[in-house]
Amino acid sequence: MEARAAAAPQVVAEDLTKRFGSFTAVDGISFRIARGEIMGFLGPNGAGKSTTIRILCGLLRPSGGRAFVAGIDVARDPERVRERIGYMSQKFSLYNDLSVAENLRFFGGVYRVPRAELAERMRFVVHMAGLDGREDALVATLAGGWKQRLALGCAILHRPPILFLDEPTSGVDPASRRRFWDLIHGLAEGGVSVLVSTHYMDEASYCNEIALINQGRLIALGSPGKLKRSALGGELLLVECDKVGAALELLPQAPGVLDVAAFGNALHVLVESAERGLVELPRYLDAKGIDCRNIARIDPTLEDVFVRLVAGGTRGEAPRP
Amino acid sequence: MLTRILQILIKEFIELRRDKWARFRLIVPPLVQLILFGYAATFEVFGVSTAVLDLDHSQESRELLSRFTYSTRFHVVLVAQSERDIERAIDRGDAIVAVVIHPQFANLLRKGQTAPLQVVVDGTNSNSALIALDYVGQIVSGFSRDYAVDLIQRTHPGQQLVQIDLEQRPWFNEDLNSRWFFVPGVIASLTLVLIVNLTSFAIVREREVGTLEQIMVTPIRPIEFIFGKTVPFFLIGLGLVAMIATVGILWFGVPFVGNPLVMLAGTSLFLLSTLALGLLISTLCSTQQQAFATNFFVINPLFTLSGFAFPIASMPTFLQWLTYANPVRYYLVIIRAVFLKGVGFAVLWPEMLALAALAALLLAASIAKFRKSLD
Repeated sequence: MEARAAAAPQVVAEDLTKRFGSFTAVDGISFRIARGEIMGFLGPNGAGKSTTIRILCGLLRPSGGRAFVAGIDVARDPERVRERIGYMSQKFSLYNDLSVAENLRFFGGVYRVPRAELAERMRFVVHMAGLDGREDALVATLAGGWKQRLALGCAILHRPPILFLDEPTSGVDPASRRRFWDLIHGLAEGGVSVLVSTHYMDEASYCNEIALINQGRLIALGSPGKLKRSALGGELLLVECDKVGAALELLPQAPGVLDVAAFGNALHVLVESAERGLVELPRYLDAKGIDCRNIARIDPTLEDVFVRLVAGGTRGEAPRP
Repeated sequence: MLTRILQILIKEFIELRRDKWARFRLIVPPLVQLILFGYAATFEVFGVSTAVLDLDHSQESRELLSRFTYSTRFHVVLVAQSERDIERAIDRGDAIVAVVIHPQFANLLRKGQTAPLQVVVDGTNSNSALIALDYVGQIVSGFSRDYAVDLIQRTHPGQQLVQIDLEQRPWFNEDLNSRWFFVPGVIASLTLVLIVNLTSFAIVREREVGTLEQIMVTPIRPIEFIFGKTVPFFLIGLGLVAMIATVGILWFGVPFVGNPLVMLAGTSLFLLSTLALGLLISTLCSTQQQAFATNFFVINPLFTLSGFAFPIASMPTFLQWLTYANPVRYYLVIIRAVFLKGVGFAVLWPEMLALAALAALLLAASIAKFRKSLD
């Protein structure tokens, strides 16, 4: 039983759909999260990330599809799911008029953490959040990064095997964000499965798996490396030239070019073959009177992938793991 | 289940202890309102500004007017010389009542005929006008009875005038002191306002700041949350009723002749229904502002249709039917009866039953609605 539970995916979403009236917020999303895996939900605001997480927590009933968390059908038995998950909502949602310790004691009591263990776990959480010595401070007086870490602490006080974090790092300074991700990695190493949403592209590389979400649909799913390699459907060249505007308009018509996007002063050009492009594109630009100063093959970033996939709309099926 | 409810209770009391303003709001405004109602809310009318005009100048007319002068109900502010003076006094609000005795008043009486007496009343405040007219009627009928007795004895010595002697004997409030009527009512109306507001705001605030969502992903069940949230307000409500009742009894001298246990039972049922009402409102609102507006629209009709100030028996039939769905109506009956009549369950069971039914209905509706509101 134990072994099977460990091997089975901790979170399974099958064709999840949520409609609010005529608006479809989540449109047939499917994915799995294994034990100890960090899954990143990436996408713009309003893409449906929060709605999906809220369905998985049992806060919303799905209009279609099924969700299993820790092997339990969420729509059918949300009460049993709740003991096994930790949740951090987008908005800070601890009690501001209670102290750090009072908040922890409240959530510990609510999750029925045994009294003998509570003191030890509270010490651990306070230390993790860097709040040693501030146990009696009112939460309202804490700065953003501390609040965020305390919220995470409250969410893991009962040692849930699954964590749902909805944009936990929004509005937190970069150093605190970095520290927060270290904590999440530590938890995942201990076997906790984590689903974390963010709209910071740079945070995606901290995840084992990435789900790119746009307009309620899953447009790509895979490890960051795999997404960068395959989701583009071609190879990426960096082109530096004069008359960037003219080049941006002309290049899509060049042979073997799939897509062009401007990144700062340079262009990212998606081509069928990097080898051919490296030879042909300078010639093509030269013929049009544009001077190509530099052309090089580059590794795509997740931002490239995202821009490319969003621009390509929802063509084709989302790749499955 | 109990441990989780206990956790919420602890949290609620810590929050309440920390909120100094909340304690102030709970104690001072109710007391101020009680004092205001105790002194200001009265149906009795004393010292009505009165203008008199005697065009008859007879012994009889002077005798009648002196009855107005010596009455505590009236205060003669103007002895007018002409009808124009009277008109002006009423127009300017110097006088609310004007008594005009026309010439021939005494002549008609002496002939044993009916003599007219003109009374002008400023009807802008129809309530006090009615009450003042009633007092005028009492003075005039007293005068006319005495006059008739006097006339009979002078013309037919030894003969008695047949008449009915009305012996008024109001029970439970011998002096018809309206303060006795109002103070128990104030308990009901203040409790209604405070408990509905406290409950709805407390839950809507958690929804607004997002803590409700955090609560909902914990193993706390909606019913446990509702329990933990409302029990403190139930206790506060009991304390509030005890406080207002004590001040009413000690300061205003309102008698409490009933059984405190009957009062406790009725109060508990009433508190349950007001808590449920606040809860129901909280499920319909997502911001405290919405809750504030909704409370206003709910509380005012409840107050108007309760019998607190306006007798239910005088309302149109349709509105009378509506009052049966109003918990305040039943609680007013119970609380006035316990204070002044001293009756118990044997008499008050229909009101208790109605309150219990309303409380159960409202609670069931708000719990059902509370579950759904998560979606």
